[in-house]
Amino acid sequence: MSGQSLFPLLEPLLPRVRKPVQYVGGEGNSVVKPWDGATVRWCLMYPDAYEVGLPNQGVQILYEILNEQPDVLAERAYSIWPDLEALMRENGIPQFTVDAHRAVGDFDLFGISFSTELGYTNLLSALDLAGLPLHAADRTGGPLVIAGGHAAFNPEPIADFVDAVVLGDGEQAVLRITEVTRAWKAAGSPGGRTELLHRLARLGIVYVPSFFDVSYRPDGRIQAVTPNRDDIPARPAKHTLTDLDSWPYPKAPLVPLAETVHERMSVEIFRGCTRGCRFCQAGMITRPVRERSIETVGAMVDAGLTATGFSEVGLLSLSSADHSEIGEIAKELADRYEGTNTSLSLPSTRVDAFNVTLANEFSRNGRRSGLTFAPEGGSERLRKVINKTVSAEDLVRTVSTAYGNGWRQVKLYFMCGLPTETDEDVLEIADLAREVIRAGRRASGHRDIRCTVSIGGFVPKAHTPFQWAGQASHEVTDHRLKLLRDTVRADREVGRAVGFRYHDGRPGIIEGLLARGDRRVGRAIERVWRDGGRFDGWSEYFSFERWESACAAELPPLGVSLDWFTTRERDEREVLPWDHLDAGLDRDWLWADWQEALRGTELDDCRWTPCYDCGVCPTFGTENQIGPTGRSLLPVISVGVTPALGAPSDQGLPAAPGVAVGPDSAAGPDAAGPDAAGPDAAGPDAAGPDAAASGVAPDPDLVSARASST
Amino acid sequence: MRLRFGKRGRLRFLSHRDIARTFERGLRRARLPVALSAGFSPHPRLSWVGAAPTGAASEAEYVEIAFSAPVDPEQVRQALDAALPPGLDVLDCAPAGGRSLPDRIDASRWQVRLPGVVTADLDAAITVLLARESLVVERVTKDGKRGVDVRGAVVWAVCRAENDTCAILDVVVRHTTPAVRPDDVLTALSAVAVLSVPVPPEPTRLEQGRLREDGTLADPLAPDRDEAARPVGRLEA
Repeated sequence: MSGQSLFPLLEPLLPRVRKPVQYVGGEGNSVVKPWDGATVRWCLMYPDAYEVGLPNQGVQILYEILNEQPDVLAERAYSIWPDLEALMRENGIPQFTVDAHRAVGDFDLFGISFSTELGYTNLLSALDLAGLPLHAADRTGGPLVIAGGHAAFNPEPIADFVDAVVLGDGEQAVLRITEVTRAWKAAGSPGGRTELLHRLARLGIVYVPSFFDVSYRPDGRIQAVTPNRDDIPARPAKHTLTDLDSWPYPKAPLVPLAETVHERMSVEIFRGCTRGCRFCQAGMITRPVRERSIETVGAMVDAGLTATGFSEVGLLSLSSADHSEIGEIAKELADRYEGTNTSLSLPSTRVDAFNVTLANEFSRNGRRSGLTFAPEGGSERLRKVINKTVSAEDLVRTVSTAYGNGWRQVKLYFMCGLPTETDEDVLEIADLAREVIRAGRRASGHRDIRCTVSIGGFVPKAHTPFQWAGQASHEVTDHRLKLLRDTVRADREVGRAVGFRYHDGRPGIIEGLLARGDRRVGRAIERVWRDGGRFDGWSEYFSFERWESACAAELPPLGVSLDWFTTRERDEREVLPWDHLDAGLDRDWLWADWQEALRGTELDDCRWTPCYDCGVCPTFGTENQIGPTGRSLLPVISVGVTPALGAPSDQGLPAAPGVAVGPDSAAGPDAAGPDAAGPDAAGPDAAGPDAAASGVAPDPDLVSARASST
Repeated sequence: MRLRFGKRGRLRFLSHRDIARTFERGLRRARLPVALSAGFSPHPRLSWVGAAPTGAASEAEYVEIAFSAPVDPEQVRQALDAALPPGLDVLDCAPAGGRSLPDRIDASRWQVRLPGVVTADLDAAITVLLARESLVVERVTKDGKRGVDVRGAVVWAVCRAENDTCAILDVVVRHTTPAVRPDDVLTALSAVAVLSVPVPPEPTRLEQGRLREDGTLADPLAPDRDEAARPVGRLEA
């Protein structure tokens, strides 16, 4: 029977696997709806381990938006670790959702969100475990398989495995897909799944790979990508959500029972980024900048904390310190939650003193452990190439401020393998680290400070100015990292104060293959998966040899190779696999920016210097939506723990999606009321036991400190 | 306050750390005024008494929570129970007083469902085990392999049949270091007799408390409840 719970079959297997709690569901704010009451049923999957996938904001947002619809049911699925996968195959149990443990194959729509290309083998595991044919062309029943997320901006490597792709923001897209599916089902599912796909494609809601043919030139390059139906858009475009204040999701974030990688609640304070860092795909494909107002941010933080009981809030975006009212948000949130043992954190990438000021605000009375800055490029020349304009003086000044304010550790994030990079550029990281430690010792007045240098390999991505670049081979990357490591270690003055963290360059090459590959790469993915490839984002599962041999077997017969897709530089005229997908960016602008990069010319941030060159604003009729609004975070009163039992806050957020909400209705008065006595939570209680609670290590990637109550 | 709570159904797969995190969040959701530890990284002051293993259900887990303001036990029980996910159920709450909670708990009573086990086989194994002076089984702990004397910890054990294909073991074990768990008891039973356990056993802790001479367990919250119920400000006759 469709929609039946598989839990009775699964339960006896759970005592035999690692961390069974990840498969049981039951998270706070999760939803289980009756199967029969729903007309459209979605399974949303994050194709990685539960501990990574559960906190994913995209899945949580869509899950809530869909479940708010009375006749729609949405459940979640995550990747199954090999230990349980083996037992499930032995016992004939298909891929299930964690909410009501229903078979994924029973749903109408199967949406999978890809934050990284390394999840592609897990897609195949999920399809196979769900009992669905791997190839879209072989499917005659079961749910439509729909990919989304940042990696889906070049979905060509998985084009054979998915039925459709959503580009861009999913909030409105999933509702439109639902609407079309509902009507198609109500009409008796005419024309089968092809007709449903056709309806979705015709309306420009999704990209359907099978409706496009790709032809190749004798030299292996793409000849053309052409639609094989004349009534669908030739260039499917991304969805752009405007007015984030009307979409304050997730309102009731999921509270996992199992431990996950982010033990905090997240509030997205804006979407998009205009810094124009040339390596950054997220910054390019999420334009324009759309801010949430300070009031909505304040209401979301309050409602979220009330609904979850989390004690940490992360203010997320691609560059959170750039919010036009971030100073006010930081100060007013710190005021509001002072004394409530609630900590605030901010992903920190900007290298300037203002960032330190924000971090100080978030760590009032608390421990100042670590601050992260991301200069990205080792030398000033290279930072101009990538358009990350930071001088060595800026960096030294910023870290001096940080160390002078009591921060003990600074983490610096760099990339290796950037276009035009030489050994000398990378070795300048050692000089920077030395300057940072010297400045820190001067500013703090003691020697007990540290600097951690963390380096990732650069992977060129689609829809960025670096989409034409040749990726550095893993030999080059590994050579430069070794040179740098040896140089830092040999430095007797500061060597011991500098930590060095890096990964080898080989996984980056496979990520590069999948990021810029075309449909032919699908064969290599399938071969790797058949060869046992799973969880490629995990070093203990990733096997470069497996990928290398799969590529060697599958690609040369098609006239291409692993190197051809990765280390080869493309020229202006080459048809790129994703050229037929519209991310809003003007291709000529991207090329011009690539040329500027090679000349080492920087570009202004259009947040401050209006410009329409990249093409996003005119294409979509959108603008950067930024403040300041001049308003404040309402209500600016303490929402501290009430000494007596308080009624839960009934503070409202806008209810139905799409309903425009004026700024004044965004936040009601807090139920605790201004008369509620302040918290008095820290005094030692003679009668009580002393909890042996251990300290939680702050996430090194975030400005993170606890607003203490003592 | 001292609380007894149950770990039931699918939530029996929660580890102790999962339970601790879930309680801390539940207390915040319920807006209960939990006392915090002092220092740079203040933590809610909860102290736990020996947790049931991951995968084992329980009707009798205990935690002591320090509050910074006066609270009513029944209100705490209801508010926290409502704020915790179904399956983590707050069953009893009493003000802390007198001897410490760990001082009042030295044994557990377990009930283990054994699908696929014939009761007569289990009964025979129990008889052999109880006839022994001691029986040491090997346990992998975080400090490596360790021998635990299961027979020494078992106070009594009986069994009955749920039906033809499922036996139920009822056993009381003293708390030792390392603790003897239900699966250790089954390992011991399988070591002394031919006993096959085809599917994973389903253990549930029914009670914890101080072992009385007759082999029953004294409710560790009873003295606190009695104390709280005593009329205040009046001399006893």
